[in-house]
Amino acid sequence: MDTFSPLKAAPLSRRAGTRDTIEVVLNVNGRNHRLAVDPRVTLLDALREHLGLTGSKKGCDQGQCGACTIHVDGRRVLSCLTLVAMVEGKAVTTIEGLAPEEGGLHPMQQAFLDHDAFQCGYCTPGQIMSAVACVREGLATTDDDIREYMSGNLCRCAAYPNIVEAIKQARAEMEEQP
Amino acid sequence: MRPFSYDRAHDLASAIRAASAQVEVQNRAPIQFLAGGTNLLDLMKIDVMRPERLVDINPLEDSLSEIVADGDGLRLGGLARMSTVAHHPDVEKNYPVLSQSLKLAASAQLRNMASLAGNVLQRTRCSYFRDVSWGACNKREPGSGCAAIGGVNRKHAVLGTSPHCIATYPGDFAQALIALDATVEITGPKGERRIPVHELHRLPGDTPHIENTLAAGEIITAFQIPRKAWAKRSLYLKVRDRESYEFAVASAAVALDLADGVVRDVRIALGGVATIPWRAVAAEEVLKGKPLTEDIARSAAEAAFEPARTHGENDFKPELGRNTLVRALLDAAKLEA
Ligand SMILES: Cc1cc2nc3c(=O)[nH]c(=O)nc-3n(C[C@H](O)[C@H](O)[C@H](O)COP(=O)(O)OP(=O)(O)OC[C@H]3O[C@@H](n4cnc5c(N)ncnc54)[C@H](O)[C@@H]3O)c2cc1C
Ligand code: SF4
Ligand code: FES
Ligand code: FES
Repeated sequence: MDTFSPLKAAPLSRRAGTRDTIEVVLNVNGRNHRLAVDPRVTLLDALREHLGLTGSKKGCDQGQCGACTIHVDGRRVLSCLTLVAMVEGKAVTTIEGLAPEEGGLHPMQQAFLDHDAFQCGYCTPGQIMSAVACVREGLATTDDDIREYMSGNLCRCAAYPNIVEAIKQARAEMEEQP
Repeated sequence: MRPFSYDRAHDLASAIRAASAQVEVQNRAPIQFLAGGTNLLDLMKIDVMRPERLVDINPLEDSLSEIVADGDGLRLGGLARMSTVAHHPDVEKNYPVLSQSLKLAASAQLRNMASLAGNVLQRTRCSYFRDVSWGACNKREPGSGCAAIGGVNRKHAVLGTSPHCIATYPGDFAQALIALDATVEITGPKGERRIPVHELHRLPGDTPHIENTLAAGEIITAFQIPRKAWAKRSLYLKVRDRESYEFAVASAAVALDLADGVVRDVRIALGGVATIPWRAVAAEEVLKGKPLTEDIARSAAEAAFEPARTHGENDFKPELGRNTLVRALLDAAKLEA
């Protein structure tokens, strides 16, 4: 993710004759994709339906649950309330792009396994993306702060205590090698 | 979602031009500015808002999201993101009520997306408003009635209501701005103007669908906060149904100018209980020139809620609102100036 240098947001191009189709170049996990989509398409739907990246989940589709959390230019945001056109020229990172390219898992992914920080797993990609950002923001200091700054990620299976433990383990490793 | 066309604004003037040639304003306007999208796109998905065209103002971020703090005060760009402002060291240190009201709002992800201007303009969470299967909602369909009066109204307002709408203004940050005497900078087809933040929102009256005083094409470019004696002794107290990630049931933004325990000047704005970000002038008047004791704070809170009108399920709100304000005032008095 850090090796990617952002594109400049290009002037919008419309497909000739099709008023409601716009062309966007989407950079996801370091790779560019050219899409021709209806302007209504959200980033979440573009990832899942157009690019086949189904790691980001659709929970509520209304900005309430956090299951669709991804990073845009390193900041955690909700992909269900982002239009795909809004992220042209920006770097999108999804759960599929989190692990190092040379193999293995990101410390946060490993920590979620080690601490059994899920049951059904549906909220997990969003939890992990949010947790990675939370640590990088420097906000995962105390247990209470972790709970507060992770409150935008709901877990219907209530794996919350284990999620807090996982974040603490990964925080230590992430702080050693940022 | 209904079809719409999407355009990017490449400069302020073209954004204003794109949106100024429309008769209907604000929520009913067919052309809408798109900032964080966290309110607008949500309402479009549930068919409450039906714009035909979105003008994405995010490309103007470089010029519209500056945060400038100096001896005279603070200037916050309208497109600055909630999270950036909430964690800005100057804001945290010298204007605590601003930082707190932002940190206690929404979630970390939403705060990364949402802009200050979009936040201040956000629309009510009234569940009849948000559910188009209800026929009666004057805010959504002028003249259709109000399902909340006599309906499920536990979260509804007790101050500033009208027989046509009792919807609560849901945000937190506008109250903090009002408590610091902030002004809003607006640029539109007729040029620039500035108004106090407490003159931005409109009481529902008999036109609850018109929520603010912006004209077609007007863009909020910045908020200006003067550095007055009370800025540091300020706080935001938010009472909610759960401890995090929830709208206020009652809240108070207070800023105190105290000299030897006596109130020289004070600003109070209430949230969760009113139809607009509510400046409690009557309570301010009670406090001015008095020592800030619990009794005086209680009299001020009585004055603030004297005009309250409840609607059944929200009968508890005046008492909760009074207690919230008393606690906020007493806590603020303990702060270092
Ligand atoms: C689950 C959830 C929980 C939330 N909890 C809270 C909470 O606890 N407290 C709280 O305060 N808020 C809360 N919010 C609301 C959130 O803060 C707002 O949705 C957000 O601040 C809106 O900002 P935006 O930039 O995304 O606005 P947008 O959705 O982009 O815009 C909103 C409206 O403002 C107009 N607009 C935007 N920018 C400008 C401008 N510069 N000039 C003129 N018009 C403009 C747009 O045209 C649109 O009509 C919550 C939201 C969600 C989804
Ligand atoms: S309170 Fe206002 S928003 Fe809610 S139903 Fe009544 S008119 Fe509509
Ligand atoms: S799917 Fe985006 S927040 Fe629930
Ligand atoms: S693991 Fe099932 S929702 Fe979180």
